[in-house]
Amino acid sequence: MSRADALPAEGSHAGRTPGPLWSLGLFRSELVITLRRWRTLALLGVLAVVPVLVGIAVKIETRGGSSVGHRGGDGPAFISQVTNNGLFLVFAALAATLPFFLPMAVGVIAGDSIAGEANAGTLRYLLVAPAGRTRLLLAKYTTTLVFCLLAALVVAVSALAVGALLFPLGDLTTISGTRISLADGLGRALLIALVVAASLVGVAALGLFVSTLTGSGIAAMATTVGLLITVQILDQIPQLDALGPYFFSHYWLSFADLMRDPVQWDDLQRNLGLQALYAAVFGSAAWARFAGKDITA
Amino acid sequence: MAPYESDDSRTAGEAEDLRAGRRKASRYVVPVAVVGVAAATIGIVPALADSGDPDLPEISAQQLIEKIAASDEQQLSGTVRINTDLGLPDLGGLGNSLGSGVGGAGRGPKAGGDGSPADPSARLTELASGSHTLRVATDGPDRQKVSLLEDAAEYSLIHNGKDVWGYDSESDEVYHSTVDDASRKDAGKNGNRGADRRDGLPATPRDFAAEALRSVDDTTSVTVDGTVHVAGRDAYKLLIKPKQSGTTVGAISIAVDAKTGMPLKFTLTPAAGGAAVVDVGFTKVGFTAPAASTFDFTPPRGAQVTEGDTHERAGTGPAGPESGKGLAKGLDGMKMLGKGWNTVATFDTGGSGVPSGSEAGGDLGGFLDSLGDHVSGKFGSGTVFSTRLVNALITDDGKVYVGTVDKDTLVRAANAGR
Repeated sequence: MSRADALPAEGSHAGRTPGPLWSLGLFRSELVITLRRWRTLALLGVLAVVPVLVGIAVKIETRGGSSVGHRGGDGPAFISQVTNNGLFLVFAALAATLPFFLPMAVGVIAGDSIAGEANAGTLRYLLVAPAGRTRLLLAKYTTTLVFCLLAALVVAVSALAVGALLFPLGDLTTISGTRISLADGLGRALLIALVVAASLVGVAALGLFVSTLTGSGIAAMATTVGLLITVQILDQIPQLDALGPYFFSHYWLSFADLMRDPVQWDDLQRNLGLQALYAAVFGSAAWARFAGKDITA
Repeated sequence: MAPYESDDSRTAGEAEDLRAGRRKASRYVVPVAVVGVAAATIGIVPALADSGDPDLPEISAQQLIEKIAASDEQQLSGTVRINTDLGLPDLGGLGNSLGSGVGGAGRGPKAGGDGSPADPSARLTELASGSHTLRVATDGPDRQKVSLLEDAAEYSLIHNGKDVWGYDSESDEVYHSTVDDASRKDAGKNGNRGADRRDGLPATPRDFAAEALRSVDDTTSVTVDGTVHVAGRDAYKLLIKPKQSGTTVGAISIAVDAKTGMPLKFTLTPAAGGAAVVDVGFTKVGFTAPAASTFDFTPPRGAQVTEGDTHERAGTGPAGPESGKGLAKGLDGMKMLGKGWNTVATFDTGGSGVPSGSEAGGDLGGFLDSLGDHVSGKFGSGTVFSTRLVNALITDDGKVYVGTVDKDTLVRAANAGR
């Protein structure tokens, strides 16, 4: 193992790398390759279909003028308001996809990031380029984060389009009972999409770490999605209440607090803090693992 | 190559491997350090924030009670955390169905009528168990708002002028009733206590404190028990303790804001020890006027609106109109036995009481037996239903004895009252 392999690139290649623009190039090529993959497009397509299905289901159910979502905890949050204001479909769709569809898609992309290259035998060629492992890891992680944002926006935009098509749009009533204008509502919808994207940062870091542990892309994806399901189940067990606040999925639904008036920031801050913590812990663990790993494929 | 050369390079390689291995391991120090720093921050920061009770001038219990009575904050907004642990059996869905069957005010999927999920009386029962976060806003006697925060939903009760609106965002249903003039005057007299009391949501520490101070008499010791920080404000701690034995109430502690005299936190601990039965406190509080838009409410387009009765006067009580009537009938024949904290209320339901387990037989019998203990005495025999605070004895001939007293005191009271 050579010194250049074992060390992060900065020190040993300082003379040869032409600055930050270069690593931006690495990131750009990673992003383009990832987004051009059929599986990425298929994932985004599935995410775009969810709001369509929810919208049509609500439309059919309320055809006779009845309202949906009478108490009893059935259906995702905000579903009962959709009939009266199409903008609520954005919130309902994000609430419906956040527990599983979105993190699953992110898990697939993140789990595939390093392990997929190793699996295809292309990882060592990537490392031949004088970018260094840390940069490659950063480029991979940033690409995954862009996918998080893209996925949340795809759901939001698709939901907004379906909502506008099937239901009336207009001033909306916040869940606190106050009224805000449509423009304000759209602003909050965008903010909520950003918060949902940020909620996935933790899963992305976890997936990246898992991805550095194995040489099989499928194994990494399955492990990440498995962890996602396990954590969500653990979060439901009352005896583990004390641990709850440390599970990455615990505050996911706190994005709904943005629809209160005034906004309740406590859980939102906790959520973002928790995601940053997961990113720091598993990001650095991924670095620790990847920077010193023997690359055989 | 010469053999010694290859030997040499192998040794060098092994040393390299060893060093590389150590370097590999040392990298994991970074994530471990991150976890450590995070754990330390989570552990230490709240501890630092809590440390040190504020220095406040000495005050007597009497002065403090007067301070509470004199407090007249008309403008307020804040967040209240309410924890109740009465030790009731967790009936879950059964409780809901019982509620809708008995009170006609459950949360069942009935359209309109008393079954509206936006009906305030249907929501009171929710506060009786578990943890809840409420947001309160008050601007004078005519405008109040209480919101019960739920996951991705909220139940708001808004009093603005003569309208009272209840809005349940989860089901998108609205409850509306009006307050007549007499009641508004009454509400004005009571300050900002009026509305939430009338609407059946005794939610703020002030409501609980008023209730507790009403019961202060010679059977009670009231002391000032140091100072405390509540919701970032300096407060005195008022400790109310029953002098009598036999009550289930251990102590009541009320944190009173040093500046305004507003009760900020109310904690009731049972005599048996353990966690507080009721713990209500502000986590955030401000004494400035909330935004006017807070109290504006127009039903969202398409939302189902349930019209409620006009409230005739303040203090209809926590129960809704329907159950209120039933309760009033029951209260007609109510007698108080004992004094102070050991007061036991008794009334005759006129019915045949609760069938005991053996009478009902089968599954229902087993269920009833699991809820209460059989007792007998001079009064006959009956069943004692216990919670951590309130015990109730229902005799086989339909009399009910209720009080915040332990089982023996309850049976003694029943014997004496016979």
